[in-house]
Amino acid sequence: MVELTERPFPPGRYPLIVVGSGPGALQLTYSLRRLGIDHAVISDDSEPGGMFRRWPIFQRMLSWTKPYAEPERGTAAYERYDWNSLLADEESNRSIMPGVMDGTSYFPSRPEMELGLRTFAERTGLRIRHGCRWDSTHQDGEDFVLTTSDGGYRAPVAVFAVGIAQPWRPSILELDGVQQYGDLRPAETYAGRRIFIAGKQNSGFEIASGLLPWARQIVLASPSRTRLSVETRTLVGVRARYVQPYEDWALAGGVVILDASIESVERAGAGYAVQTRGAADGRALKFEVDDVIAATGFVSPLRDLPGLGVATFGQSRIPTQTPFWESATVPGLYFAGTIMQGAQGLRKHGIPSNSGAVQGYRYNARVLARHLAETRFGRRLERSRLAADEVVGFLLAQASRAPELWHQRSYLARVLRIEPSEGITDEGIQPLAHFVDGGEVNAVAVALEANGKDDPYPAIYVRAGGALSEHLLPPHPLLDFEGADYRAQLTAALKPVLGGALAGSAM
Amino acid sequence: MDVRDDVVNILAGFSLFADLSTPELESLVETFGEESFPDGERVLRQGLTGSNFYVILEGTASIRVDGIDRSALRPGDYFGEISCLLGVAPVSDIVAQDGLRCLVLPGAELEPFLVGHPRVMFRLLQGEARKVRATTRWLS
Repeated sequence: MVELTERPFPPGRYPLIVVGSGPGALQLTYSLRRLGIDHAVISDDSEPGGMFRRWPIFQRMLSWTKPYAEPERGTAAYERYDWNSLLADEESNRSIMPGVMDGTSYFPSRPEMELGLRTFAERTGLRIRHGCRWDSTHQDGEDFVLTTSDGGYRAPVAVFAVGIAQPWRPSILELDGVQQYGDLRPAETYAGRRIFIAGKQNSGFEIASGLLPWARQIVLASPSRTRLSVETRTLVGVRARYVQPYEDWALAGGVVILDASIESVERAGAGYAVQTRGAADGRALKFEVDDVIAATGFVSPLRDLPGLGVATFGQSRIPTQTPFWESATVPGLYFAGTIMQGAQGLRKHGIPSNSGAVQGYRYNARVLARHLAETRFGRRLERSRLAADEVVGFLLAQASRAPELWHQRSYLARVLRIEPSEGITDEGIQPLAHFVDGGEVNAVAVALEANGKDDPYPAIYVRAGGALSEHLLPPHPLLDFEGADYRAQLTAALKPVLGGALAGSAM
Repeated sequence: MDVRDDVVNILAGFSLFADLSTPELESLVETFGEESFPDGERVLRQGLTGSNFYVILEGTASIRVDGIDRSALRPGDYFGEISCLLGVAPVSDIVAQDGLRCLVLPGAELEPFLVGHPRVMFRLLQGEARKVRATTRWLS
């Protein structure tokens, strides 16, 4: 590979260092380069792609790319239908994924995803020092010092995009022969076997789906009830692609799905004896199985960052983060890629952002690059201006078509700053929490929101005279928010900041 | 100790969940999400809809009304239940302090959770009664 022979970014001091070469790191380094921010990128991997160089284990993505959608490929509006392509300013480098897919599914195969990411990196000329393993970290004055297999790197700002893809299992499953996501045998070796899968998240159902043609019996168990994404109308819950074992259970086809705690797992001859206890009724059950598979989650390989003071939470040990994905406890240390899901945002109605998936964090990376440029490198990025009579149409068009708002509901918002002396400026895409929690300047933000039962709807946040107000516009069955009713409602909501300047704009 | 076991042990010590069995607590830990907040960040926002029900695992939180801190919440305390039960926006901010870490249940799921766990509902009702009593005494 070009990257390996060139070996860019030798050890030394840089203004900023990015660790990783998965989609999160690729999007961030691309966006930083476009802004002219000097930085180094290092990665232990030999090629770009991150976890998609190996997983999903059954070699088919969970995120779709619709080759044919109403908006043309290469447009921003098309990104709503293409969850997997990284974002580029140049038209020739946009919408790469549909061009590398063979048409047999709108879920890319894993090799197609890997090819898409590699193609993006090659076409955009990204430079990464591959084969450079980050080993440890400490602080020295204003710098973070990273010890790597190639030597030491120093930088006052560091971004870790190292994923959450290290399988984790509880101690009760720390038993010889118990397998877990990533170390399964070839599917055909499970032919005729009884399999107990601990965990009912997507990874457990992915494994069950893949083994349905082979296993004699599959048992899936965890304490809480299975939720389906089609019920929650979010990415929370088991995705439709993996629902077949659930239907098999519902129609009494042989799969067993239990809401139960696992009380013990012991070797029993060539197999295992598993005891469970029902979460609701306390009923004890015992299973004699040939294989036990732990699908109990993943952790982030943060190495010694917790020792540096990085606070983490949850089973996945995700860093606690600010709305701009900076460590809450170690300033100057940021995160990109799927780790960005640690920033909570407003989480309205309990619905998390999509920051754990490519279609969400690719936008975060672009926002982070701009944020770093302005706050750490003293850049003042250009803002476009709007006339007062353009505001209503602009905001409603954003709500109807802006991919950042569609993929990052309640997390990212389009912000307009409205100052009588300066006019109306487009502040671009920002974390909604940053907007609602800070600032005194008159401004308006538009986000797209959902409540888990209705269609998505636009949410308008107006800050006037230091007071914030929320205006939820109604959902529309065709997701079109540009009609006269919406113009009238938005015009009324904007009166505190635009007053008479909007007269007639609802017409 | 596993992270999940850690949370189950913490919950077992909270009066709200004192009547639940270990399998029920394990189910609860899976049903609720876990969140962590930077100090100073708002968890609930006065006047904004769509809030959730939170149980504090670690850290503290301030109850802030119109910018003035009125009270503090500690591990074992919960908040957001009034907004969730009444379907209205919170009348105060809840602001994270001291490394706040919470379990969170989406607002719409609080009712089915409480109906499915009557002893938790009774203990939550006791908590609400204590709040009303304290407020009444303060007013009188």
